[in-house]
Amino acid sequence: MSETPVDAEEVRHVAELARVDLDEAEVERFAEQFADILAYFETLDEVPAVESEPDLVNVMRADEVEDCLDRKDALANAAETEAGQFKGPHVS
Amino acid sequence: MTPDLNAFVTRETVPGADEGPLAGSTVAVKDNISTAGVRTTCGSEMLADYVPPYDATVVERLSAAGATIVGKANMDEFGMGTTTETSAFGPTRNPHDEDHVPGGSSGGSAAAVAAGEADLALGSDTGGSIRCPAAFCGVVGIKPTYGLVSRYGLVAYANSLEQIGPIAPTVEEAAALLDVVAGPDENDATTRYDRQDGVDVHPAEATTYADAADGDVEGMTIGIPTELVEGADERVVDTFRDAVADLEAAGATTHEVSLPSLEHAVEAYYVIAMSEASSNLARFDGVRYGHSGGRSGNWNESFATAREEAFGDEVKRRILLGTYALSAGYHDKYYEQAQNARAWVKQDFDEALADADVLASPTMPVLPMELGESLDDPLRMYLADANTVPVNLANLPAISVPAGEADGLPVGLQLTGPKFGEETLVRAGSALA
Repeated sequence: MSETPVDAEEVRHVAELARVDLDEAEVERFAEQFADILAYFETLDEVPAVESEPDLVNVMRADEVEDCLDRKDALANAAETEAGQFKGPHVS
Repeated sequence: MTPDLNAFVTRETVPGADEGPLAGSTVAVKDNISTAGVRTTCGSEMLADYVPPYDATVVERLSAAGATIVGKANMDEFGMGTTTETSAFGPTRNPHDEDHVPGGSSGGSAAAVAAGEADLALGSDTGGSIRCPAAFCGVVGIKPTYGLVSRYGLVAYANSLEQIGPIAPTVEEAAALLDVVAGPDENDATTRYDRQDGVDVHPAEATTYADAADGDVEGMTIGIPTELVEGADERVVDTFRDAVADLEAAGATTHEVSLPSLEHAVEAYYVIAMSEASSNLARFDGVRYGHSGGRSGNWNESFATAREEAFGDEVKRRILLGTYALSAGYHDKYYEQAQNARAWVKQDFDEALADADVLASPTMPVLPMELGESLDDPLRMYLADANTVPVNLANLPAISVPAGEADGLPVGLQLTGPKFGEETLVRAGSALA
């Protein structure tokens, strides 16, 4: 069994961090499901530390000015725009 | 014509170039692959009205090759599902039996090909999303090696795991579609470059995958990972064994092999995929694109409202679990251990593929589920991915080919090869389909 059981309070906290509002029914359901899923994830404790050398190299390119998305196209999917810019809610 | 399978979210015809290797072919494109001017929903209410201002690289390549796009294929919301039931646009039905799911998340792509609504299709595979629906719908699907195909214009779910790949009725046709979409792309820095004689070359440049579809398995060595057979449904295993016998009759030799790390692949996959999803899907704030949360509250309130209203249950679940796995105090326990498991899986595959040309297993350990059967039990749905997720963790290529039927439902055989070993997979797979 998980040493960190998930309760409704924990689900609400994570939902706040992730910026996803939940209604009470969702909180209850997720708390129950997360307990099962996280208990299953517990078996990762059995995995040994593995030495691995990633065969990756950095791929660089020259930093040159190129054509990019037109401003009108970039704004086309926004709910609201103003003076060629995205218009969002108040910051605080 | 069969009743509507709901294989497409949007039906729209986009003609390609007059000439090319795919001239005259129709292609369904999964709805998480950007198409300029044609809405791209990812199966989500969040993007129900989103119209991309540019084409994904693979779409440009399709059009240049002469293919006609016939629509955007239905899918699990943002690729998160194994049945195509989490789509905000309703489930797709399996053309072999409409009471069953087509698999997922590229269920619309596979169903469209199986039902003849498109000659070919593109899907994306993060943990089996091409191979699972290919198996459930009785068609061929290829998950390419990470870095073979550009992901530019693919809406990201878990970008360290996913690749775009082909779905087709036969191995040869799937390989021909792979020939069109594979290649380097300066817009995707994770496409592979190998430095040879001072020049960057990509593995697809000197290769014609379709030419390898000669079905010649004489002398080929096939390893069978016991971990991927033991837990599977008996009817699936019987059908798989029959197909393996066909490969042996054609001259291949088989042996059993054990990859102990695979026992931890599902949990490692879900921890990594959910963690990446929690970050990748943070872009959906309802301001620059997507469903708006309105402007009555502050930024955080509006953001949280947009995401409550427009994400479905499975997407919320994965974002929250990913946030949890990365949060202070849990990072080492979940994410770090999952990365260890990923390295272990890679190591096990490398060792097994040192003694075999390819590895064979059932693609899915179960037959296609009945519609509605698995939606209320997310953990059960995750466990159905046991045979497909290891390949994504190891960045390797794999193909699912039809192995036969059990109880009137298709069963797929999965072949896994060494990195950039797609030709070997095409050769072995074409002995069956």
